[in-house]
Amino acid sequence: MNPTTQEENHAAVSHAERDRLERAAIDASTRLPVILFYSSAIFWLLVGTVFGLLAAIKMNIPTFLDQWGWLTFGRIRPAHLNAVAYGWASPAAIGTGLWLMARLCRTPLKHAKLLISAAVFWNLGVAIGICAILAGDSRSIEWLEFPNYASGLLFISYGLISVWAVVMFHFRQPGHVYVSQWYILAAFLWFPWLYSTSNLLLNFEQIQGGAQGAVNWWFGHNVLGLWFTPIALATIYYLIPKVLGRPIHSYYLSILGFWTLALFYSWNGMHHLIGGPFPAWMISASVVASVMMVVPVITTAVNFHMTTVGHFNALKWSPTLRFTVFGAVCYTLASGQGSTMAIPSLNVITHFTHYTIGHSHLGMYAFFTMVMYGAIYYIMPRVVGWEWPSSRLIRWHFWLVAIGIVFMVIVLSVGGVLQGLALLNPNVTFMKSLEIARPWLWMRSGSGILLTAGHIVFAVNFTLLLLKFGKRRSGPTLFGKRAEVESEMHAV
Amino acid sequence: MNRMTVIVIGAFLTFLTSWVGLVAYPYLQLGRFMPATDEASGDVNPPPLSGLAVMGQHVYAASGCVYCHSQQVRQIGIGSDLARGWGARPTVARDYMRERPAFLGTMRTGPDLANIGARQSSAKWHHQHLYQPAVVTPGSIMPSYRYLYRMQKIQGQRSERALDLLPPNVPPPGYEVVPTYEAEALVAYLISLNRNYPLPEAPEPTE
Repeated sequence: MNPTTQEENHAAVSHAERDRLERAAIDASTRLPVILFYSSAIFWLLVGTVFGLLAAIKMNIPTFLDQWGWLTFGRIRPAHLNAVAYGWASPAAIGTGLWLMARLCRTPLKHAKLLISAAVFWNLGVAIGICAILAGDSRSIEWLEFPNYASGLLFISYGLISVWAVVMFHFRQPGHVYVSQWYILAAFLWFPWLYSTSNLLLNFEQIQGGAQGAVNWWFGHNVLGLWFTPIALATIYYLIPKVLGRPIHSYYLSILGFWTLALFYSWNGMHHLIGGPFPAWMISASVVASVMMVVPVITTAVNFHMTTVGHFNALKWSPTLRFTVFGAVCYTLASGQGSTMAIPSLNVITHFTHYTIGHSHLGMYAFFTMVMYGAIYYIMPRVVGWEWPSSRLIRWHFWLVAIGIVFMVIVLSVGGVLQGLALLNPNVTFMKSLEIARPWLWMRSGSGILLTAGHIVFAVNFTLLLLKFGKRRSGPTLFGKRAEVESEMHAV
Repeated sequence: MNRMTVIVIGAFLTFLTSWVGLVAYPYLQLGRFMPATDEASGDVNPPPLSGLAVMGQHVYAASGCVYCHSQQVRQIGIGSDLARGWGARPTVARDYMRERPAFLGTMRTGPDLANIGARQSSAKWHHQHLYQPAVVTPGSIMPSYRYLYRMQKIQGQRSERALDLLPPNVPPPGYEVVPTYEAEALVAYLISLNRNYPLPEAPEPTE
């Protein structure tokens, strides 16, 4: 080795070392907000799971816990949705989004107090909102059940986060802006607009009934498409290349995917109201936009696939990648399914049935939640400075929830189609359509038990990590024996 | 795309299109209806709700009925709503002008209720059904709403509002089950759900 290369090597090492220290400083600066959002998210995940399981059992055994109004199905079900959507999914998205933002802006997190107060307001809002639903003060508008005194708190919290995101983005290190940042920045701006408009028109100064449905589903679909989806896509765009140590396949596909998502997704909402009392062009516009969703979805799927291709064996050892890729695949499936469900000749079968519930779980759980698990497995050791205590618990978590959610989606889809075909035929009595669906609803409860078990395992491992349980590990917690996987590890 | 303005303005504009189409337009076009006066009968349609029915609408929201019951009769050619007798005509935007909120619904685990008042106009039936759904409709998985009812000792004469319950829900001798104010309101609202009145934009199908 001649002196010049040695010098170069030395420079390269110190450069890498400087990068590592910079990343460690950024991770440390996000510690408190990330832990706050993640811990509360997991708390609400458990609460929401209990509500979900109770609601599922109530569909099997209607007399189960029917003596109290606050535990009636019509309150438990929205309590489940709001606990998982606003209690679990949103804080998990915020925690992930703010960590990614700090990392990608290459700036230590500024104004942590803003985020900490946002976390407090947010959780207060969720707690008050869920108590209000159970107490009988639900607005009964799907996805917007929280009364003003709860949704107002969420809005304040979200406003603080949006301001923070813009400030962080403004103070980023000069240079390339990565695709994940587009999604996060856009999502942090879309959601407050979406949430405030919808709450103003549906809860605060309620508009006439004939117009409410359109606003309701403009919100109901965009909260998925322009809030949860962009955050999850940003996460996938970050984690797959990071874990594999490969660049993203195509910059141009990322751009195409981003703008077509923004344009088409925002118009999807009316497909929830096909056949309803609305002008035909509104419904048609949403049907077209829903079908056009294949453009961003295929674009993004190709981009993810081409980045991962040839490295699928990494799914064997990386918990982060296994959850994230599972989620990415389910994004394609859920969106493809969504597009077909908007086609009127198919919608007439699945509309008003449990098939829709299966679809929403494919999107919110098999896609979004699995990606968030992947992110939490990646981010938590970095912000806490402690590796996951048990790889066995991670493996249990994965298989319980993966089998649970696949089973749930299958039984709800099959049961939903059978129910829908019965409903479509006026010669079949309504009660028959219910009878046909019931065995599938029993199986759905079974899948719920698997998910519940998975969530408990996850919460235990998370708590052990927070307590820095066990012996300090020298490297990340992976599946399999360390020596076997080391050769394949890049930038874990 | 390395500039914040491009992302922010682009995100704003794409979202704005849907805001105009799916929020501003319906607000202007579907959110400012006036009731129609029927020339033949002189009735104002849709009819206003009674005060008790408005209270019942709140009970309907609080109880989450919308998670299993829709309130919309779809247009001809879409589904079997009319063939099932769920209404004499498809519902239109004006039908919901007084609804706060409008419970269009997205699930039919239970039957559509857009015109339940036309199918079941008896308050007695509704009370019995809410208290013991599976007894009144065998096979039903609707939960009991007995928390909206009160069991009390019969003082002198049996109350005329007392429910005639069937086994296994018959109260012990000397007791009766009566609706609370909330149950009365809910039933008043359910009976008010009758959208078979004429509207100029919604003729009854002739076939």
